[in-house]
Amino acid sequence: MFYGIELTSRLMLGTAQYPSPAVLREAIAASGTDVITVSLRREGPDGAAFRQILADSGCRILPNTAGCHTAREAITTARMARELFGTTWIKLEVIGHADTLQPDPFALVEAARVLCADGFEVFPYTTEDLILGEKLVEVGCRVLMPWGAPIGSGQGLRNVEGLRAMRAHFPDVPLVIDAGIGAPSDAARAMEMGFDAVLLNTAVARADDPVAMAAAFARAVEAGRMAHTAGLMPRRDMAQPSTPVFGMAELG
Amino acid sequence: MRIELNGRLTETEAPTLSALLAERGHDPACVATALNGDFVPREAREATPLHPGDRVEVLRPMQGG
Repeated sequence: MFYGIELTSRLMLGTAQYPSPAVLREAIAASGTDVITVSLRREGPDGAAFRQILADSGCRILPNTAGCHTAREAITTARMARELFGTTWIKLEVIGHADTLQPDPFALVEAARVLCADGFEVFPYTTEDLILGEKLVEVGCRVLMPWGAPIGSGQGLRNVEGLRAMRAHFPDVPLVIDAGIGAPSDAARAMEMGFDAVLLNTAVARADDPVAMAAAFARAVEAGRMAHTAGLMPRRDMAQPSTPVFGMAELG
Repeated sequence: MRIELNGRLTETEAPTLSALLAERGHDPACVATALNGDFVPREAREATPLHPGDRVEVLRPMQGG
């Protein structure tokens, strides 16, 4: 449940970097996603066509504050997005470093505090830091979106143990792995670990065949979720025969 | 007067934000506006006067991740 909304798909998809609007449209359909992320930028030529794709997709829109480096920029962008897209959902990004695109935790909490008080339903792009997560929950966030790896890097889950600890620390807060996913196996692993959803963009948009990759991610996310629900076997340090030893012939 | 519109120095006769959108041919329902870094809601544009040196942002939906 994300702010009271039950989604049928646990894959959230970004809409940037596709080779063409037609491929974007097909990839959204092939992914089976219910939620697509969008942005706000200065006026350009293809606004109407993009708006049509959004409308036709039938998806819930999750606007982002990508590129904002201060709480003030992010707050203003969020308010503009709320009016333009008619949603209180906002994917809150406050970037702290231009190279790593790591969130600025201090500005992030400040922006989240203002936006939650202003009636927004905030999806903060954060790290696996537990204290930061607690502060975000304290100011009103009811979803957290820890990074898997730096945005656009495709490195997968860089700190698996840290993410595992985060999952255990916030058993009742929906957690979405946002950013860094490179392959469907990364997404499957996140879902197996009990994360509630994954949000990705580049891994689909920059694939040789984005539409086929969107379908691959859909299956990986579904398989990972199913595996989590089914309960994974415990890991062992040593081998243990799977075929019973009892009843074995003495042939030596 | 001269203002900064989406980062570009722009000469305008528009006395208000809504007049600026009309002057530039923007569909007022399809853009969001900010003045000097603060959001200006759609219904407040008409009563928002422009002054020389103002920084205006007019934004629209765009692909994003």
